[in-house]
Amino acid sequence: MSATSSVSTSIRAQQWKEFWFYFSVSKTAVAGLVFLILVVLMALFADVISPHGPAEQYREFAKLPPAWIEGGQLQFFLGTDYAGRDMLSRIIHGSRLSLLAGCVVVVLSMSIGVLLGLIAGYRGGWVETLIMRVMDTIMAVPGLLLALVLVAILGPGLLNAMVAIAITYTPSFVRLTRASTLTELNRDYVTASKVAGAGPARLMFISILPNCMAPIIVQGTLSFSTAILDTAALGFLGMGAQAPIPEWGTLIAENRDLIMSAPWTVTFPGIAILFAVLAINLVGDGLRDALDPKLKRS
Amino acid sequence: MSKQLIKARDLHKHYTINDGFLKSSKKLKALSGVGFDLYEGKTLAVVGESGCGKSTLARLLTTIEEPTSGQLSIDGIDMGSVQSKAITKQLRQTVQMVFQDPFGSLNPRQKVGDILQEPLIINTSLSASERKQKALDMMSLVGLRDEHFQRYPHMFSGGQRQRIAIARALILKPKVVVLDEPVSALDVSIQAQVINLLVELQKELGLAYVFISHDLSIVRHIADEVLVMYLGKPVEQGPSEVIFNDPKHPYTQALLSATPSTNIKNKRQRIKLTGELPSPIDPPNGCAFNPRCQHANKSCKISEPVMDTFGKSRAACLALDEGRI
Repeated sequence: MSATSSVSTSIRAQQWKEFWFYFSVSKTAVAGLVFLILVVLMALFADVISPHGPAEQYREFAKLPPAWIEGGQLQFFLGTDYAGRDMLSRIIHGSRLSLLAGCVVVVLSMSIGVLLGLIAGYRGGWVETLIMRVMDTIMAVPGLLLALVLVAILGPGLLNAMVAIAITYTPSFVRLTRASTLTELNRDYVTASKVAGAGPARLMFISILPNCMAPIIVQGTLSFSTAILDTAALGFLGMGAQAPIPEWGTLIAENRDLIMSAPWTVTFPGIAILFAVLAINLVGDGLRDALDPKLKRS
Repeated sequence: MSKQLIKARDLHKHYTINDGFLKSSKKLKALSGVGFDLYEGKTLAVVGESGCGKSTLARLLTTIEEPTSGQLSIDGIDMGSVQSKAITKQLRQTVQMVFQDPFGSLNPRQKVGDILQEPLIINTSLSASERKQKALDMMSLVGLRDEHFQRYPHMFSGGQRQRIAIARALILKPKVVVLDEPVSALDVSIQAQVINLLVELQKELGLAYVFISHDLSIVRHIADEVLVMYLGKPVEQGPSEVIFNDPKHPYTQALLSATPSTNIKNKRQRIKLTGELPSPIDPPNGCAFNPRCQHANKSCKISEPVMDTFGKSRAACLALDEGRI
């Protein structure tokens, strides 16, 4: 038993090695991954790293410029906002919310989308038509606009914003899963399971789904970055996370009146969004190249 | 007399093709009027070029699809009358299948052990250790080693993969195995190994095979009875040696003349077939083979031939009926 399990672990290790080999071909993807890991660590240890509390107000230091500009102080490295709150601490704490938003949106839209897509592809007929037409309808409305409408109905707030964004992302997962399911459905190994007597649930989740995962994972990673972006956009429009919460989009929104007098209060949250999204996109591209069997060399 | 396992009479399978929203749907006759008997320990070979309905027949026999009409009984139970799920389940265990392409028929995300245990999980209530033992026994039976249990299909060669597929088909102890071109995707040297394995397993377990193939030299080696099909219809049917030594139907003659022979003295006249296999959506009038047949005359284009007995075999040909050949 120990012999067989060591064989299987070595196979797992070998698969990881192979994956890493293809992934590391792209230096930009590795750079993105490194940055992403930094952001994750930053979010995890936000309380330890950040020099001040995110909501702590130092009234006497309001609108202080970053440390390297004249008048800046080292203890407020990226400056302070109108209420004297430390920008660096707020951005560090904001990374938690952005990553959370990304995770929740991707998990929600992926699980619903994959389930619907599998059912549509496997069942066919009127079920497929119904699901796909509903998805087409969702896709017909621009994503952010639909999210805005949904938040307006559900009421503003971070959770509702995440749910609304997840709904707008679902159709892409449904389409992707359905397409992969249709290709896999006619493969012989599915027929073989049918001959063995497998029921619909087993065919869908054990035979077909694992073979459709590669494109879904890539789409998930790419949606993660857009989810962060859209949450920030909703936050900026006042429909997402509400004011004192240091969400990146909300940070920009609450300081947008200061864009001329204290531009750093808007710039740094913007840069944080930019780099987080860029890093995740680079990782997503790298994943796509590494997981796509058609692109495999040697 | 050994036990009759499959009795098929006048099987038809039609597919409806929707050719777009506004066009009327068409009927594809994938199988029309196929019938045969299969006995324990015997091999029936189904021969014909691609698109003649061989694989459709396989799907009917494995109960994945139901025949449009005709009678099919498996192990003495008439499929048309079966209502209860338990019997369907049992019949499904009676007939298992090995697919043509061993690269497509094994789930690339499942380990060999999981692939072999899947039928047991679905159909039996064995414990995990019993299942594993059965899978390991089956692996040694088809010539795989124990350490292969934890490996993924992509780590095997084509021949080994086909052994895995055979093991999966046999693990439920079926009585009939449908072999859908089991060796045509393999190298010639591997083909012999797999065929020998199949022959050994048949002797050991008393299996009945439905061997679908277009490779006549293999069919000659393995088959007891041969069914030659053309465009979904049987054209000739009979014991293997009769079909091979004395083919009656012009299509069978042409097929046999196309197989390479190692005997230089016994060089046969090659009969060359011209033209393409007609579409089963729009088959020619009369005998389906008439556009390509060298013996065809007017009546072949009008009336459809039926199976008649000629000596020890049966064939469907008007020229034979009229004594023109």
